[in-house]
Amino acid sequence: MADYILEMNHITKEFYGVKALDDVNIKVKRGEIHALCGENGAGKSTLMNVLSGVYPYGTYSGDIVYHGAVCQFHNIKQSEAKGIVIIHQELALSPYLSVAENVFLGNEQTGKKGVIDWTKTHKRAQEMLAKVGLENENLNAPVSSLGVGKQQLIEIARAMAKQVELLILDEPTAALNDEESKRLLNIMLELKKHGITCIMISHKLNEISYVADSITVIRDGKTIETLDKGKDEINEDRIIKGMVGRELTNRYPERTSEIKDNIFEVENWNAYHPDDPNRHVIQDVSFHVKAGEVVGFAGLMGAGRTELAMSLFGRSYGQKISGTIKINGKQVLIRNVRDAINNKLAYVSEDRKNYGLILIDTVKGNMTLAALRNFFSKKGIVNKNDEIISAENYRKKINVKTNSINQSVSSLSGGNQQKVVLAKWMMTQPDILILDEPTRGIDIGAKYEIYCIINDLAKAGKAILVISSELQELIGTCDRIYVINGGHICGELTREEVSQEKIMKCIMEDNGKEE
Amino acid sequence: MDKKKTVNINMKQYGMILALIVVFLIFAAMTGGKNMSPANINNLIMQNSYIVILAVGMLLCVLTGNIDLGVGSIVAVCGAVVGIMIVDYKTSMWVAIIAALAIGTLSGMFVGFFVSKLSIPPFIVTLATMLMGRGLTYTLLKAQTKGPLPANYTYIGAGFLPTVKIPFGGGTLDLVSIGAALIAFAFIIISEISSIKTKKKYDFPVNPLWQTIVKVGVIMIIVWFFFYKLARYNGIPFVLVIMGLLVALYHFITSKTVAGRQIYALGGNAKAARLSGINTEKVFFWVYTNMGIMCAIAGIVLSARNASATPKAGDQFEMDAIASCYIGGAATSGGIGTIIGAVVGAFIMGILNNGMSLYGWSTDIQKIVKGAVLLGAVTVDLLSKRKK
Repeated sequence: MADYILEMNHITKEFYGVKALDDVNIKVKRGEIHALCGENGAGKSTLMNVLSGVYPYGTYSGDIVYHGAVCQFHNIKQSEAKGIVIIHQELALSPYLSVAENVFLGNEQTGKKGVIDWTKTHKRAQEMLAKVGLENENLNAPVSSLGVGKQQLIEIARAMAKQVELLILDEPTAALNDEESKRLLNIMLELKKHGITCIMISHKLNEISYVADSITVIRDGKTIETLDKGKDEINEDRIIKGMVGRELTNRYPERTSEIKDNIFEVENWNAYHPDDPNRHVIQDVSFHVKAGEVVGFAGLMGAGRTELAMSLFGRSYGQKISGTIKINGKQVLIRNVRDAINNKLAYVSEDRKNYGLILIDTVKGNMTLAALRNFFSKKGIVNKNDEIISAENYRKKINVKTNSINQSVSSLSGGNQQKVVLAKWMMTQPDILILDEPTRGIDIGAKYEIYCIINDLAKAGKAILVISSELQELIGTCDRIYVINGGHICGELTREEVSQEKIMKCIMEDNGKEE
Repeated sequence: MDKKKTVNINMKQYGMILALIVVFLIFAAMTGGKNMSPANINNLIMQNSYIVILAVGMLLCVLTGNIDLGVGSIVAVCGAVVGIMIVDYKTSMWVAIIAALAIGTLSGMFVGFFVSKLSIPPFIVTLATMLMGRGLTYTLLKAQTKGPLPANYTYIGAGFLPTVKIPFGGGTLDLVSIGAALIAFAFIIISEISSIKTKKKYDFPVNPLWQTIVKVGVIMIIVWFFFYKLARYNGIPFVLVIMGLLVALYHFITSKTVAGRQIYALGGNAKAARLSGINTEKVFFWVYTNMGIMCAIAGIVLSARNASATPKAGDQFEMDAIASCYIGGAATSGGIGTIIGAVVGAFIMGILNNGMSLYGWSTDIQKIVKGAVLLGAVTVDLLSKRKK
């Protein structure tokens, strides 16, 4: 009989009569890394919130058996006291406090009379950081000065400080690049050696097959199956099948490209960091996109892809910008976002919650915002009826799952929110669309739909630029890929010749040149 | 298909108006109907006109997620300018009014410049204008009241439209007010019918007929009540015309123009608004410039009503205007709120003030009650949203 650290039996949780979890069962062995897979909205996060006491005992039915005893957590403090620590997707660090202070946030190292003992704090912080490979970090640096990857590790160090036995990671690598992800995964394997059990929620199937000992797949609030490494055959297709309930024979829809004339040409584009006029962020970038073509920008995080896109889109990033933009062969001057929109340029931001959507507004209000002046108004007066008709059209056209166009976008899932942002820019009737991480944080089904939208746009003769950190995605969707590194283009690969290895080789060789 | 053609009226939208009626009725009971007298209804409108005007301007600031603390002081500055020009320099009333509007506009542009071009938080900038404006008023007026202002000027704040009075039930009845009420009725009915027509034309869902009738009926009763009371008194106050025009104009701007939508978008998420082609600097600049203009108008109305300019004029008006917006359902974080809500909020405050004065409570007690009402209204609003 296996030694289970955690069993969750027959967990059912309802929200206003809708079952988010329906008789879910999961068993986690002591000392293993257990992956939890499922589409967005399948109930993974809800399940973990039940476990950690975010949803207190009594609001769900079923049993949580931890260390062989039934537990009834009423809040997070209680579950943490037992060694269950959850690290949410959105990090819970206080940006201006130091590394050491953050490691012991909510768990301050006090001496007698409740006064903080700084010597102890620093000494123990050093110990905890060493466990996650951050022994060389400056303990007094504010956390905001570190990258996301390191911040994630500090969260883990913080969990270690709480004597964690069962660590839950909710999409830990969503915001990390390949290198940082790899580092995090290796640390998870390291923790495993020290007897810490991990539950990892993830969308990235390659990572799951790399670290996980067993995998539980959840779909529509129900447990579909649990796979064990060594016993069951684990491969991506099998997991995907479990998640979506059907076999996705092709994750990228077929497309026959009809590439026409050059529509968007950028020459010798330069931009400097907005706060530091000496930092040359974009260096002499020249590229072109043809009508009906999908062009990818590959590169590591921090390579300057988003900065390039935003500086092109109405100088939304950087200073001392120079270079020329030609649209349909004619040089144009784009000084601000309005100029960009008027020149039929659109930019879908990588960060839909902060830069893409007005979360408190409705689906309709978000969809029509960018096109309001050019297409939905006369002499500054809005035509509300046209707005409703258009929003309704797009809702149907790109299948936004919402009760009504008057629903607030904050209540939609990530995939549907992304569709709203796409609709917003499609409404401006652009010829050139820059899509920055168009499928970040959304599930496989919605990804497929987004790819279909991209294909339809290309078919309609638009020029599409896709920025993505998932190389597989670029290879699956693009006609041509530029590789960006250190703020300049270091390679160009056609659909026929491209492979993940070749892209990485471009980057490595370029890095070699600089050193 | 037929099922989707009707939709129930969202009661929350009208919750504030119901609250207004309830508060009014409570005071009617407490004061034995004194607050319903024609003279008092007239007072209610005249006393609250400047708060309503300021609340309208303030709502735009609140929509951006900010406030303007300098409002009361700028009202005083503009009043002082009018007083000095008319009394000391014997200029014509029109020159004085134009000067006051110019000063208000400039002060608004001053705030707008710091807020938009230099990105200084509006709280700080307007805290500064609040202090500077008050100090400037005392300096200009040498800490004394300037007056009296001539009758043609005080007409703005205390005058009435021409009346046609007939004897009626032991008093008189002004036919102009009754006519205005009838025109308002016609306008309400026509706009409701045309809105239903467009909805049907585009195949949008409409409210069930009985709900529309109840809604229109309630609005018509309120309108009738006000105009009838005014007719029994001295007719339509001139400030009501100013107020009505401003409220209508800003309601139109916020609900039906691109400029209005840009303010909401900026308040909802400034970064996303900027990336959607909205010049957020420009929006900020005009919102605060507009607030300055509204201060000037309020300053003119206030000095006209008092027939003098006083250094303490407009003291704490900013608080009443801000409270009106929040009571009227605006969100402190920005992006949520309506002009009608702010106006209703201002009248709830006004009815409270007025009712408590009639009942004989001191201004000290009134402040306690007003504070409690503000806190209560916002708490109820936020809790009801959270439940969703």
